[in-house]
Order: sequence, then C-alpha cells, then structure tokens
Amino acid sequence: MVKIRKTVLAVAFLLTLFSFHIEAKQILVSKNGNGISSLKTALTKVSAGDTIIISEGIYPEHGILIHIPVTIIGKNFPVIDGEAKGQIFYIDTSLVTITGLIIQNTGFSSMDDVAGIRTQHVSHITISGNKFLNCCYAIFLAASNHCIIQNNFIKGNPANQQLAGNGIHCWQSINCDINHNEITGQRDGIYFEFVQGSTISDNHSYENMRYGLHFMFNDNNRFVKNYFENNGSGVAVMFSKNITMLNNTYRDNWGASAYGLLLKEINDSYVLYNHFEKNTAAVYMEGCNRIVFSRNDFIQNGWAIRVQASCMNNTIAFNNFSGNTFDIATNGSLSLNIYSGNYWEQYEGYDLNKNGIGDIPFRPVSVFSMFSENMPESMVMMRSFCVTLLDKIEKVIPGVIPEDLIDNSPMMKKINNAYPGSGT
Amino acid sequence: MKLVKYIFFDLVRSRFVFFYFLLLLLFTGTFILLQDDVSKVQLSLLNIIILVVPLVSVIFATIHWYNSAEFIEVLLAQPVSRKRIFISEFVALSLAVGGAFILATGIPLLIFYPDAVSLLLMVGGFFLTIIFIALAFWSAVFTRDKAKGIGLSLVLWLYFSLIYDGLVLMLMFNFSDYPIDKIVVVLLSLNPVDVSRVMVLMKMEMSAMLGYSGAVFTDFLGSSVGLIYSIVLLIIWSIVPFFWALRKFSKKDL
Repeated sequence: MVKIRKTVLAVAFLLTLFSFHIEAKQILVSKNGNGISSLKTALTKVSAGDTIIISEGIYPEHGILIHIPVTIIGKNFPVIDGEAKGQIFYIDTSLVTITGLIIQNTGFSSMDDVAGIRTQHVSHITISGNKFLNCCYAIFLAASNHCIIQNNFIKGNPANQQLAGNGIHCWQSINCDINHNEITGQRDGIYFEFVQGSTISDNHSYENMRYGLHFMFNDNNRFVKNYFENNGSGVAVMFSKNITMLNNTYRDNWGASAYGLLLKEINDSYVLYNHFEKNTAAVYMEGCNRIVFSRNDFIQNGWAIRVQASCMNNTIAFNNFSGNTFDIATNGSLSLNIYSGNYWEQYEGYDLNKNGIGDIPFRPVSVFSMFSENMPESMVMMRSFCVTLLDKIEKVIPGVIPEDLIDNSPMMKKINNAYPGSGT
Repeated sequence: MKLVKYIFFDLVRSRFVFFYFLLLLLFTGTFILLQDDVSKVQLSLLNIIILVVPLVSVIFATIHWYNSAEFIEVLLAQPVSRKRIFISEFVALSLAVGGAFILATGIPLLIFYPDAVSLLLMVGGFFLTIIFIALAFWSAVFTRDKAKGIGLSLVLWLYFSLIYDGLVLMLMFNFSDYPIDKIVVVLLSLNPVDVSRVMVLMKMEMSAMLGYSGAVFTDFLGSSVGLIYSIVLLIIWSIVPFFWALRKFSKKDL
C-alpha cells in the first residue's frame, strides 16, 4: 500500500515538473519594434504548442516552413505578402492552426502548384478566418487528414486564367471539414480528389472560372447548404459513391456548357432539398445508378434534368418542376428510372377525387427535347408553332418519347420543399 | 398623304381594329398581371406574336382590300396614280394594325419590363404585321375572287407558321449526318416568322441551350451582326412582297 502511494507521489511530482517545462509560450511578431519582425525568425524560436501572434502590418515573406506544431494568430489581419515569389506557407507537421491572416500574391507558375498554404502528409490542421488574395492555389491539402478549413475568404485573380489554381484543393485526405468559406475567381472553387468521409458545408462558391465544386473519386462525402452561383461550368461530381447532397443552392450557372450539377458515374447517392435555379442544365446525369432525387426545386432552368440513357434505378420523387424549358430530357427510348409524385408545372391534368394527386399520368419528356438531345442544332426550332403542336400530339399519343418515362401520380400543387428546421 | 390620313381614320373608326387592340391589350394585361416572371411573360407574348399577329394581319388586310375594291375603283377615276393609291392603302393599314399592336402590346411590355427582349418583341411583332399585310395585298391582287383571296392568304399564313418549320425539321433530321448548319441559317432567313422568333430567342435562353454543336447559330445569329442581319431581313421581307404586289396591281386590268 505504501509502495503504491509512493509511486503515485513520484509520478505526480514528475508530472508537475514536466508540465512546467512544456508550458506554451507566446511569441509576438510585429513591425513596430516590440517583438520579432519576421515570421520566419519567430518560427525558429518556437517549440511545440507555442503560439505566434502577428500584429498588423505587411510582412513580405514566402517559403515559410512550419515543422513544429504551432498556432499562428493574426491580430487585425496582418498581410503575409508572397510578392509573387512563390509558395507562402508549407506545413510539414500536424496540429497546426493558422488564423486571422491575409495571405496574398503567391505568384503563378506553370511548373509548380504554388499555394497560399500547402500541407502534406499531416493531420489536424485548422485554417480559419483567413483571407487569401491573388493566390494561385489558396489552400492545398495533400494527404492531410482531419483538417478544418473554415470562415476563409478566397479571391483569385481571374485575369490569370491560364495559370489559375483552385480555391480549396483537397487531395487524398480523410475526414476534412470545409465550412463557411467564400471562394471566388479561382479555377475551381473547391477541388476534391480521392477524399473520404468529408463534409463541405455552408460555403459560397461563385464566379469561379471552371467549377464551383469539382469532385472526383471521393466516396462517402456530404455537401450541405452550399451556395454555388454563376460559375463557369457549375458543379461537377464524378466517379464517386455514397455522396449526400443536401440543401444546396445552384443558380445562374448559365452558358453553352454550364451545368448546375453534373453527375457522372455516381452511385448510391442522395440529392435532397436542393434548389436549382436558372441553370442551363440543372442536373446532367451520365452513368448514374441508384440516386435518389427528392424534395428538390427546379426553377427556370433550360433543362431541369438531363438523364442519359446510361442511368438506371434512379428515383425522382417529390420534386418541384416549374418554369423550365424542358423538365426531363433523355436520349434513349428506354427509361429505367422511377418518376413519381412530382409537381410539374406543365401538367394539364385534373384531380376529380380531390386527393391532391392528378388523375391522369404525366409524361415529362417532350418529343422536341428528344429531337434536340439527339441533334442539338434542332434547338434553333424551339418554340416554333410546329414544335409546340408536335409536343401536344406526342403527349396524347406517344410514339417517339419513352413509354415508361411517366409520372403516374403527379402532384396538383407545389410541394413545400423547405429544409426541415430552416424556418422558411 | 391626304389619302393615307383618310384611310387610316376610316380604319381606326372601324370596329375591327378596335377589337384587335382590345384583344391584344387583354392578352398582354393578363400575362403581365398573372405571371410573376419576366421571361414567362415574354415567352407567352412571343407565341402571340408569331401566331396571332400574322394571322389577324393577313386576314384583316385581305378582307379590307376586297371591301375597299369599289372605293379604289372610284379613286382610280380621279387623277390619282395607282401607285399612290396602293401605297396609301398599305401605309394606312400598317399604321392602323401595327399601331394597335404597338399600343396594346409593345408599350405596356416596355413599361413593365424595359429590356432588350421586350424591344425585340415589339420590333418583331411590328415587322410581322407589315410583312403579312404585304403578303395579304399580294394574294388579294392575285385573284379577284374574295373567297379565293382569303383562302390564299390563310394558306400563306399556315405555310409560314407551321408547314415551313415542319419541312425544315424534317430536313434537319434527314440530313443530320451532314453539316447543314449554314443551310439551316439560310432556310430560316427565308421565313419572316422564324427570323423574328430566332431574333427574340437568341436574346433569351436559346443561345445557351444550343450548346457548342449549335455554335454556328449562336456565333452568327446571336451576335450583334446577327441582330442587324435579322432586322435587314425583316425589312427585305416587308419590301419584296409589297413591290411585287404593287407591280401586279399597276398592270392589272381592274
């Protein structure tokens, strides 16, 4: 008994000693004399767990290597200016936090992917509340797990179209949380490749040159409540499975090859409570299986959903389709997807038993959309009287449109697709 | 000029132009009041403009011509040239019917939604009115028989708004393996209804929906050169049938 007590005491004593030893210190970096004037110098004086506080000012530094776990905090947004000489931060160790900085002017290179902050083979990195201006890549996570990227503002330089990089570039990472960022003027707003189990939420990605979100080979991810607006080609989600897309807004992705949401080779996924407005093609699907589209609003798009014949076992139920030029378009005569319980503004049926469901089925594909799918130039005939007449006839006696592409229980009234708990 | 004034006021006093004005005003009013979205209003009006406006113009102008046959004969007994009578009839009718259209549709549209599409809708509708009046005169001069004349103008209307597009679609289908984009542009130019439809839609959703395979259309018809091209075409389309009819009328044994 005594022996144990002694051991406990000894350990406790040792622990107190140890804790004295590792007490984190704060290092001030400042331009006005009361501290170290360079971030690089400060980094040579830190030990693990220390905090570096940078006060207001412009710090022309680049190639800052962080290989000790530290927290870097900017007071009143100090500017770390790369002066177009290259990468600014390179994080080589886990458990690093960077917050409150303005990181700008990485320069552009066709040889390297220069980034505002690059991390490689690390984990638990937090990058929050920073501003990235005129960076080639703003944040570049390579093989970095459990990272949190939040509340950053990223603004690229659209003048540099050839060499521009991505806003948040995430490659081969697990469990990253990207939220509340605002990204504009980059090549792709958010780029995900080989990323697993991550969440992208509450981001606003707009006016990027290519995609608002570019997403390839990522399984088991979620993106929630993001706002993708006016990007060169919208959002592309490709070659992935188990993706949940919840309560996002896709709007004004308008142009010859712009898509609200492009889905290619996506399996077993959910697209729920999204809002698609004024996109050339709100959803474009190719080789997709077992996706559930439910409670989405499709408003004033060129095409609401373009389903290529290579898609099967998808369910499209309880969505609102209003003001779209074409609700559904497909290029094959066989339809292996289920359409049920949607509200179609173009539906002209009646509801005698007053149960809210139309008594006659609705065929959402018009014959002209079939024509134009196979022969895009024929779009030049759209809205001519001849085409309208053809569509009407085909709705009554289907000959060209797929017989099975039919909604047997179309809703008479618009469905309330507000996300539960969002108030509206 | 006196003649134009006289015919014009005669037309305006007639119930038909007034009803036409009311009908258009009713359409425009309901569309603007009941639909919440600009592009929906404009698309509904586009349908009116490519269907109803040509139909009413062509029928009314034909009937008007036959009804004023006696009046024209009396006028011809006076020292007035045939050319002058014909031009006066045409100008007065265009002013009356086209004016009704502009007052009932164009102006309200421009007041509520002042944008390029509204302006193009107004320009397109006005030109279609003139063109179909010219075509009506042409068919009325062509035959003395009223029934035949009305029939002929109806056929012309049906041809331009329905049959022609059907033929173009069929052609596009049968020759879809060939690069026929340029031929289609030419074919579309040969139909005033298509010209005004494409002119308006290029400013709306069509240019994006054509995608890259329809780049020939977008690059040419969607550009400002295309806009000028369309308007020049519409002017040619108003002049050619008119002068053809005028030449016929000048030589015709009444």
